[in-house]
Amino acid sequence: MLWLLFFLVTVIHAELCQPDAENAFKVRLSIRRALGDKAYVWDTNEESLFRAMVAFSMRKVPNRETTEISHVLLCNVTQRVSFWFVVTDPSKNHTLPAVEVQSAIRMNRNRINNVFFLNDQTLEFLEIPSTIAPPMDPPVPIWIIIFGVIFCIVIVAITLLVLSGIRQRRRKNKGSSEVDDAEEKCENTITIENGIPCDPLDLKGGHINDVFVTEDERLTPL
Amino acid sequence: MAQAPSPGPLVDSCEDERPRWDSKFQYLLSCIGFAVGLGNIWRFPYLCQTHGGGAFLIPYFIALVFEGIPLFHIELAIGQRLRRGSIGVWTAICPYLGGVGLGCFTVNLLVSLYYNTVLVWVLWYFLNSFQYPLPWSSCPLDLNRTGLVGECQGSSPVSYFWYRQTLNITADIEDSGTLQWRLVMCSAACWAVLYLCVIRGIETTGKAIYFTALFPYLVLTIFLIRGLTLPGAVEGLMYLFTPDMQILQNPRVWLDAATQIFFSLSLAFGGHIALASYNPPRNNCKKDAVTIALVNSLTSLYASITIFSVMGFKATNDYRQCLDSHHLPTVPPFRYLSTPSSGDRCGAPAGSVGPEPSQQGRLRCAAHGKRALSSVLGHFVQRDCQPKQVTCCSADARGALCAQKPRLTPSTGACSNILSLINEFDFPEQSIPRDDYPAVLMRLNTTQPDRVAQLPLKACCLKDFLDKSASGPGLAFIVFTEAILHMPGAPGWAVLFFGMLFTLGLSSMFGNMEGIITPLLDVGVLPKGVPKEALTGLACLASFLLATCFTLQSGSYWLEIFDNFAASLNLIIFAFLEVVGVIYVYGMRRFCDDIEWMTGRRPSLYWKLSWWAVSPMLLLGILLAYIVLLAQRPPSYKAWSPQHEQFPSREEKLYPGWVRVICMLLSFLPLLWVPAVALAQLLAQHRRRLKDTQPDTSMKPEEGRGC
Repeated sequence: MLWLLFFLVTVIHAELCQPDAENAFKVRLSIRRALGDKAYVWDTNEESLFRAMVAFSMRKVPNRETTEISHVLLCNVTQRVSFWFVVTDPSKNHTLPAVEVQSAIRMNRNRINNVFFLNDQTLEFLEIPSTIAPPMDPPVPIWIIIFGVIFCIVIVAITLLVLSGIRQRRRKNKGSSEVDDAEEKCENTITIENGIPCDPLDLKGGHINDVFVTEDERLTPL
Repeated sequence: MAQAPSPGPLVDSCEDERPRWDSKFQYLLSCIGFAVGLGNIWRFPYLCQTHGGGAFLIPYFIALVFEGIPLFHIELAIGQRLRRGSIGVWTAICPYLGGVGLGCFTVNLLVSLYYNTVLVWVLWYFLNSFQYPLPWSSCPLDLNRTGLVGECQGSSPVSYFWYRQTLNITADIEDSGTLQWRLVMCSAACWAVLYLCVIRGIETTGKAIYFTALFPYLVLTIFLIRGLTLPGAVEGLMYLFTPDMQILQNPRVWLDAATQIFFSLSLAFGGHIALASYNPPRNNCKKDAVTIALVNSLTSLYASITIFSVMGFKATNDYRQCLDSHHLPTVPPFRYLSTPSSGDRCGAPAGSVGPEPSQQGRLRCAAHGKRALSSVLGHFVQRDCQPKQVTCCSADARGALCAQKPRLTPSTGACSNILSLINEFDFPEQSIPRDDYPAVLMRLNTTQPDRVAQLPLKACCLKDFLDKSASGPGLAFIVFTEAILHMPGAPGWAVLFFGMLFTLGLSSMFGNMEGIITPLLDVGVLPKGVPKEALTGLACLASFLLATCFTLQSGSYWLEIFDNFAASLNLIIFAFLEVVGVIYVYGMRRFCDDIEWMTGRRPSLYWKLSWWAVSPMLLLGILLAYIVLLAQRPPSYKAWSPQHEQFPSREEKLYPGWVRVICMLLSFLPLLWVPAVALAQLLAQHRRRLKDTQPDTSMKPEEGRGC
């Protein structure tokens, strides 16, 4: 009688946990990719650890605190390593709704990953999207800080240049009001004689007569 | 030479001294900085790649010798000789041609507005490069925090950052959207930096140019050294530079070479005239012209080597990701590589995490599309992609194609997505070595073909990745930024790259601003007492206010319009008028006399022939080709529309009527200066002739020429 019951239970269990069954989830592990040489073998002990973690996650859900490890059923374990699992209710007749399982796993995803030394990409719950950790957002975006620095430097530099220009002009005005302007301004006229410009006497006080410039000064090298 | 039209008094007798360059080197650097701009980085490599690699250099150098250098020599000569900006020069050559100067000035103004907007984008990227991880490396989370933003997932993080987080672009040009305050802030910073550098004219730009002109070369060298040490760089270089001589039979190649030279040297802006006007009158402008033009072209070549080596690395990287699929990206399960210029979806689902998608990511390598015209930015060359189904991984067909270039990476024969097979059929991990893959696939295909058919298997061919090309902002902001992500130390490389682009653009802007400010100073727009700083400040402020229209959400569509219509056609026409005006109106003989006076040697037959016949004919040819190409199809643009069925391909839309009117206005209004000024001069002469009774003896420079 007992073995008939046992047989019935396993049959029911088998029906509850099947690929693509209602409320069933597929899990896929890539242990060798994650750990390389340090990869462990997936055996029944690891399976019971997994079941324990799932049960632990379910116990955190309100109204499901009585979930036991035996309520978590695994099936179709392949060599990949992948398998399907369902979580049944205490009566073991039907499975818990997928939404609850999903939210429970998502809340504890980090702990489940850490137990197996894996991460979201190597321990995949198909159809359970992982809550992606938000990127670190500094309170002030970095670009504003750098923008502020550059802008301040530029404004300060512009102010300095403008002020120095004003000061220069003031000095020049003061200087030129003391000296007679007329002689100094009209030296740029270049008079032309026979098509050849005669450079005027320059500021060096007539020491150099530019009309007779040397060859290499007049003609730039080719 | 008594009767020769002697150079009259070159300056008014009692004028303030014209500013001078501190040294010849400063002047050369300024001209080089003006000529070498963003187009050298992102236009020339693209042309090289699409026009037969090394074979493109032939039409390019022919165009340089017969079009670029002669036109450039004319500009430097007239600027140096007449010592005025673009407006003053033309009123001195011939008052009836004064409209040419005004037209050049107008075009220069329009170009400055949108050219600086590109710098704003570069500055934005530069500011965002100082963080790790780079903001364009991953998609942001959506509101639920369950997944990634849909628009980003459908395209790529890099495209998303460009279109959404930078431009925040609308789907249609009619929908202007709002001002993007981030871009307005960056625009203010850009114009402030520019003002700081041009505040006292060449006195300040001369100092700034030492950094802005030389820094890009330093960065290019660093990138070249880094690029050559990256895997796949050498293959990329060899593939992309291999000449394909057949392509020279296509007239389009010659047209592109001629336009590239023209825009690359920044002719007909009036900038070179302004820069040369600060030279001492006796300076060998011929040597300067040849030197600067050669440096510009060699810089293009140097930059394309750097770009190709990095692109080769990127192609190899993508190819390896496609093959191995062992590298799972940190966040997005599916990464689609799409560039606006290629617009294809060569998708590489790098490992299938999560449920099978409704659209199996079969590789859709691009076919070819139409290419639009070149322009100042070299910007909006569009490549449409018709999706072409590539049947995958029947090992022989694809393997044979991939194996045609045996010098590429050795695993070309086995295109695989081993992980997909393992996951689907629950084989143990790493149980299918690459060599066994074809056999395993064939066996599975015969036993369970329907399951295999569902899998997102890909064809990975290095050639396809190498063929993906991009130019313009698409190259800089999407393709290159993606390549940088894979380099170790990515933020540093991003900072260097965008710093280089910024200084390149800035040194070009110096020339543009000189081309605006020098004529204004010469004409005497502001009263004598007002300092130069005020004029420069007013010019920068006015330009900043006008340029805020490009910081709207539809700003980049408008930039494309300005680039295609305001600049290209007008510049060619003005360059043509320049040559004709100087050689035919001013007179070849007089011009040669002037050059002999300045350089000591008369121009040789090469110069005379080029000026007299070859260059004008080339310019006319380009002009006609442009008009024909423009008239062939109604002007359209590519819109980034997430609702589009073929997203992330951009949607091709026609310009609405009012936009087309604006395009026409932009194309023709600057040209109207020429007849307007000629007419005004005619009327003034007529009136003077009626009024005058005594001969006019004062030899003012403006009327000293006579034409």
